[in-house]
Amino acid sequence: MSDNNHQWPIWEVFIQPKNGSAHEHAGSVHAPDGEMALLNARDVYGRRLEGVNMWVVPATAIVASTPEDVGPFFDPANDKMYRWPNYFKTPEGIKQIS
Amino acid sequence: MHFVNRNLANPKQTSNIGMETTLSVEELNKREAEFDAKIAGGKTIEPKDWMPERYRKQLLRMMSQHAHSEVVGMLPEGNWITRAPSLARKAVLLAKVQDEAGHGLYIYSAAETLGMDRSEMIDQLLSGKAKYSSIFNYPTLSWADIGAIGWLVDGAAIVNQTVLAKCSYGPYSRAMLRICKEENFHNKQGYQIMAYLMRGTKEQRDMAQDAMNRFWWPALMMFGPSDTNSPNSADLMKWKVKLHSNDDLRQRFIDRTVPQAEAIGLRIPDDKLKWNESTRHYEFGEINWAEFNQVISGNGPCNKLRMKQRTDAHNNGAWVREAAAAYSAKKAASKK
Repeated sequence: MSDNNHQWPIWEVFIQPKNGSAHEHAGSVHAPDGEMALLNARDVYGRRLEGVNMWVVPATAIVASTPEDVGPFFDPANDKMYRWPNYFKTPEGIKQIS
Repeated sequence: MHFVNRNLANPKQTSNIGMETTLSVEELNKREAEFDAKIAGGKTIEPKDWMPERYRKQLLRMMSQHAHSEVVGMLPEGNWITRAPSLARKAVLLAKVQDEAGHGLYIYSAAETLGMDRSEMIDQLLSGKAKYSSIFNYPTLSWADIGAIGWLVDGAAIVNQTVLAKCSYGPYSRAMLRICKEENFHNKQGYQIMAYLMRGTKEQRDMAQDAMNRFWWPALMMFGPSDTNSPNSADLMKWKVKLHSNDDLRQRFIDRTVPQAEAIGLRIPDDKLKWNESTRHYEFGEINWAEFNQVISGNGPCNKLRMKQRTDAHNNGAWVREAAAAYSAKKAASKK
């Protein structure tokens, strides 16, 4: 057989568990194109009403930050504490302003 | 800060694999200490995180064996799809076997994040280099064996996998969570088959007991060698890949399964089995480790048959893969 060990590209699979929620990563499948990736993903990750919508994305198309960068990459959040509401003191007696 | 185009699922492109050769001893020690601290702190290791090469190798060995077991596990049960006693039983068994294929794929997908292609793992299985669970080298001689497999074999797998769902490697743990949700169906359908047979004629009850007699001990062997004789256990426990010893999990399985057998009138084929009120556990007889070693070294009743069936299935599926590739190429060409 000529094609026994051919390895198709990896597609990452994302499922929207229910209407209104965000897509979540489920795993990956191998497929020659997006359409077949979607069919494979349905068979592998969608046998039990796992969701209402599915994305497949070529794994090579994903651009990700690196674990080594976790400090510098997310750091700016640390010196802007005023982005959190509890940075601000509320006068006593006021229960709720927003 | 830099961005790299990284494949989520295939960290071959990432810098951490093979990095150990380029790191200085001090840097390596520092990273290993950070890694150990992360594990000790109950944090999860993700594909792109630095990990010791031994951790990666052990996980890859364990995960690929696990995936192979799911896939080879379809064969003994597949044997009864055409002979299931009713259409309903056939539909259930088909769904169960399809789940096993899915479980194999979840774990292959998770294992690929450690930097080995699925095709390479499958090559290792078909060439005999990689192992799979010894239990699937036993034959399925009667319909009751399908009950025994769902109840005992999947039952043992659940005990193992519930713990693995808390292991330190993120993709493995997430695949296990998904599997555990589905495995309870397998377990219950098996138990139901046994329960129905035990309510049937004498022949049916004998058939169920015979399946029990043949599958009980191999199911206990699924937890692997005794702790004193398990070469990889210490490392795997240290890295929180394994959270309990083989013997502890075996005991947990026995304690939960014996009452289930008693409830439907099945006898456990072990004269030494007895409840110990002070330890609150069942005591049980000696496992035949010589048999276990024979089966994992290739001399079980069905090792050769399973490998032949698996290789045939792979070869017989070649036309499907070729057709899919041709379809995809044709579609791409027509778009141009």
